[in-house]
Amino acid sequence: MKNIIQNINKAFDHRIRLGIMSVLMVNESADFNTLKELLGVTDGNLASHSKALEAEHYIQIEKQFIGKKPNTRYVATQEGRKAFQLHIEALEKLIQKS
Amino acid sequence: METKDYLKDIRDIKEMMAQSTQFISLSGLSGIMAGFYALIGAYLADRILPANGSRYDEIALPAADARTLTAPLIGIALGIIALSVVTGFLLSSAKAKRQGNSLWNSTSKRLVINFSIPLIAGGIFGLLLIDKKYYELIVPILLIFYGMACVNASKFTFRDVRYLGLTLMVLGLLATAFTNHDLLFFSIGFGLCHIVYGAVMYFKYDSK
Repeated sequence: MKNIIQNINKAFDHRIRLGIMSVLMVNESADFNTLKELLGVTDGNLASHSKALEAEHYIQIEKQFIGKKPNTRYVATQEGRKAFQLHIEALEKLIQKS
Repeated sequence: METKDYLKDIRDIKEMMAQSTQFISLSGLSGIMAGFYALIGAYLADRILPANGSRYDEIALPAADARTLTAPLIGIALGIIALSVVTGFLLSSAKAKRQGNSLWNSTSKRLVINFSIPLIAGGIFGLLLIDKKYYELIVPILLIFYGMACVNASKFTFRDVRYLGLTLMVLGLLATAFTNHDLLFFSIGFGLCHIVYGAVMYFKYDSK
């Protein structure tokens, strides 16, 4: 039991961070507005939670310009994908146990 | 108490993954409408085609007739397409609004692009067939390419679109084998199939 709880990743222990990772697992990338709409969050909230994930090296934040508009793109890293996979497996095991 | 939260987490993950890859505002009702437009179009085509069978084929027609019939038939086809696209756009946009989503997002973009690729190839193929006077192959080719467009696009929206596509491809192959019944296959494929699958999608997803 102790072992399983260790795999529950604190970095994903929040609805918005969980959402960001879920979207990035199944999409090559997602831009700021897409994520904002999907998750239904404010600009500030999305920015701070994505920065937290970036700090863990789970996602990459790429800023670029499309024409004159700034565009922020988010991509999950290999490390992030692996960590999220483990997190989901841990969640599944916890549910089975109970 | 805690396990309940974990279950919710998993549900959230699944929902986010589905929502970010699938366009869920596609309106089933617009499929039904497209089917009716196709049936009306088939009826109009039947009216202007000569009475000896419902086959638009130069062999059965004098050359002059074939030329004068091409323009009205293309006109009917374009009319069906234009009405269907406008209806699909309006009804899906209304559905998206109801669901609190925007119509033009990354999933709908992917849907439209992947739907258009086989469809444009098929459309050009159809026009070339008219130019080369292979009239009897036009309906089968359109059914097959439209079916492939649906199969291709289905990855980005409801699964039902995949089955619609497969059905249309089978109909297209049957229409190639039995070339004397073009209007019949057209009506079944673009008319009836749209109505049936549209209705299934309407009751499965729209009414929610």
